[in-house]
Amino acid sequence: MDRERILHIENLVKSFDGVTVIRGVSLSLFRGEHLVVLGKSGSGKSVIMKCVVKLMEADSGSIHLFGTDIGSCSEIELAAVRHRTGYLFQEGALYDSMTIRENLLFPSRRNPTLKKLSEKELQDLAEHNLENVGLKEAIDKMPAELSGGMKKRAGLARTLMRSPELIIYDEPTTGLDPFTGEAIIELILKIRETYRTSAIIITHDIKCAELTGDRLLVLSDGTIIGEGPFNELKNHPEERVRLFFR
Amino acid sequence: MMTFLPEKIGRFFSDIAGIIRFTGLFFRHLFRRPFETREFINQCFRTGYQSLLLISITAIILGLVISLQIRPILADLGAEAWLPNMVFISIVTELGPVIFALLFAGKVGSGIGAELASMRVTDQIDAMEVSATNPFKFLVVTRVSATTFMLPLLVFYGDFLSFIGSFIGLKAYSNISFQLFYSRAFSDFFFSDIFPATIKTLFFGFFIGIISSYTGYYSDKGTEGVGRSANTAVVASSLVIFLIDLIAVQLTELILGI
Repeated sequence: MDRERILHIENLVKSFDGVTVIRGVSLSLFRGEHLVVLGKSGSGKSVIMKCVVKLMEADSGSIHLFGTDIGSCSEIELAAVRHRTGYLFQEGALYDSMTIRENLLFPSRRNPTLKKLSEKELQDLAEHNLENVGLKEAIDKMPAELSGGMKKRAGLARTLMRSPELIIYDEPTTGLDPFTGEAIIELILKIRETYRTSAIIITHDIKCAELTGDRLLVLSDGTIIGEGPFNELKNHPEERVRLFFR
Repeated sequence: MMTFLPEKIGRFFSDIAGIIRFTGLFFRHLFRRPFETREFINQCFRTGYQSLLLISITAIILGLVISLQIRPILADLGAEAWLPNMVFISIVTELGPVIFALLFAGKVGSGIGAELASMRVTDQIDAMEVSATNPFKFLVVTRVSATTFMLPLLVFYGDFLSFIGSFIGLKAYSNISFQLFYSRAFSDFFFSDIFPATIKTLFFGFFIGIISSYTGYYSDKGTEGVGRSANTAVVASSLVIFLIDLIAVQLTELILGI
């Protein structure tokens, strides 16, 4: 049976000030799949994902997300694609002038589907999503009062408000202690089960890659040097791929 | 051609082009629904409230000092009776708008620059964008509209307090009553004096908002960028205030002949 391809990147190239960071990357993501992009810091992992949601423009190559050509789509089409995509930033990217409740409600009130809900329904949805990430007690706190792990959970709850079909996790365990990191990994797996999402997990954390990914891509110097399941890549014939798993 | 120019000059011109494009974007989003009315009111309150105390103190001192400094000169010329009118016209037409706008740029402009830059650095602006919320409309349009709307009001308020300060300064040396001071201050005061000054402050407020938002919105990554954005917001806004003032003076002379 053919699986539905929700993201397809072909020959992506991106440079900054004359330095090419991404050199012809091609990849695909299928519905329901968890794809891990593994690479050292500065290898261009986040750049690829920012190009996917058009936070950055690619120099060349094509990106098709949910069948929409990201490079040439209109603002309305882009907004529609973004509504179906969640993005968890490294530090959570919570709006620091708003409480956690407002952080969840603010984008929801501007979402074409969610703004049809009553204020009470939105409040209930916010509480429900915070409960799912184990953060209901922090609903009226300010982001500055939360720890790094809590900020990521709150950021995830905000993403879940619009029930995305795809979630991009940018370094979900970076900067966290091992226990909190493990809790975030468990949360990623729980969300997969509860919300039936597809995901791209950008990480340099081997444990996170092993536990959350169905398939891994190893990125080095802006090119993909290995692709496959964790155990396969661990025993990859190329030394530079195996180096990542030591 | 640009590559032959020193980097700083090239950057200056690219910033000018950036600000023009940014201004175009502002007008494009200003009239487009949905309107962020709540955030606009919130920003009006914040920008007004933030500078109220500073403008109050400065305005009273300004009126007081000008009154105290000019009084002996006019007394020597036997023209002390002109003092209220002279002080009031100089404050309303020139000193008030420029000084209060400079204070506003220092207090509010640096705040906008730093706030937006810090939001950029911590990915908050990107987070708005990927959630299909329009960050430009929510963050920039509301702030620029608020500075444009609030600065003229603050200048009116500052002018009034300077008027009171000037009366206090004169009262310390003479027995002048408030009614007499008031009637002398307004004796040669016309609508044509206040109109150009008000238009000028609208432009001051608009450009303080645009420049501060621009420096913050496109801030370089890193905490250093936050400080630089706040600093650039104040310096560039102050420079633009003087430039607009220069143009306004020429235009007023040309159009109204004053």
